[in-house]
Amino acid sequence: MANEKEIRTKIGSVKNTQKITKAMEMVAASKMRRTQETMKKALPYADKIRAVIGHIYKANPDYKHPFLEKRDVKTAGYIVVSSDRGLCGGLNVNMFRGLIAELKENKNNQVESKLCLVGAKAVQFFRSVDVDVVAAASHLGEEPQVEDLVGSIKTMLDEYIEGKIDQLFIVHNDFVNTMTQKPEIKTLLPIDPEDREEMQEHWDYIYEPDSKELLDYILMRYIESQVYRAVVENVACEMAAKMVAMKSATDNAGKLIDQLELDYNKARQAAITQEISEIVGGAAAV
Amino acid sequence: MGAIRVEIVSAEIAIFSGEASMVVAPGKDGDLGIAPKHTPLLTTLRPGEIELHKEGSEKEYIYVTGGILEVQPHMVTILADSATHSEELDEEAALQAKNQAEEALKGAEKKEDLEQAQAQLVEAAARYSAVKKLKGRK
Repeated sequence: MANEKEIRTKIGSVKNTQKITKAMEMVAASKMRRTQETMKKALPYADKIRAVIGHIYKANPDYKHPFLEKRDVKTAGYIVVSSDRGLCGGLNVNMFRGLIAELKENKNNQVESKLCLVGAKAVQFFRSVDVDVVAAASHLGEEPQVEDLVGSIKTMLDEYIEGKIDQLFIVHNDFVNTMTQKPEIKTLLPIDPEDREEMQEHWDYIYEPDSKELLDYILMRYIESQVYRAVVENVACEMAAKMVAMKSATDNAGKLIDQLELDYNKARQAAITQEISEIVGGAAAV
Repeated sequence: MGAIRVEIVSAEIAIFSGEASMVVAPGKDGDLGIAPKHTPLLTTLRPGEIELHKEGSEKEYIYVTGGILEVQPHMVTILADSATHSEELDEEAALQAKNQAEEALKGAEKKEDLEQAQAQLVEAAARYSAVKKLKGRK
């Protein structure tokens, strides 16, 4: 059994660690509230533009935008949204694992894959994976701005327009609630609205100024808003996951301290008992 | 007179959701008045004021910096780049922004700078005139 002093030092160091994890937990909790609000604010715009795109899909413009047309998939593109920092449990790793499985399946089906990485963790992880990375953006901070994303998004969209990518996915964590975040792979392009039942008859918009310019603009905004939403949602996920991870780290440190204190008392008692028996033994000898 | 459903959202906030008897919006190629059962229409917006005619003769004004307008026979959706209730606009700030933009336009030499300054001026001027108009209405 370790001696008293050793155990005492260890308790001290675990306590210090516990203080740090506790502080990180509290920071993450307050940031989570803020990021959750940002996420909620981004929702109405993303939903409305999605509805408008749904209408456009049902309209019959003369101009067929490539974003609306299905192609045979030879190359798939993925926009991977991860966090910039670690210490958030299995949040990133779980997502990467799902994506790796998908990439493998693509390989088996003779489909190539190209990645666009958002967040430092994704950049780090995919450096050691044999895959084609086309664009990357990291260190967006806790309040990501659309402007920071536009460059990488444009790269992917250009590839799509040029036919180098036939399908575009976005990979991010879905914020279910504080305790649960679910990694998701969603199709961005080609746009395929789920409900195509109503309004099937032949109709079209009046376009001002003209359909090509408008559709280009709107579809661009749509993709931007969807990616932005995913990024904002992922930040909220990161904070929630970090809070939970740090909470369990704090709890574990507490358990460890309890056990160490028990050991410490045992060692102390053993030392006292030993001393007494030595004194008694010494007295008897005299 | 019927009513048409209006939804105005910007990237930051859902600013208006309700019914109106008519909507006047600053379309790219000119102002548009949209009454119920308007034919489907899609356009971009230039900076300016959206006028909502509500039940009675009540009117509501919302200032947008640009965006997209979609009209369906039963509803109007406005996806604004940024939106504010006109009453919340700050006259001094608007005037300042206008002056600044004018300065920038004078100083601009490169083509990109020039274009940016022009866009800024259009925005600032529209904002200023929205504030002025509001004052006149009061």
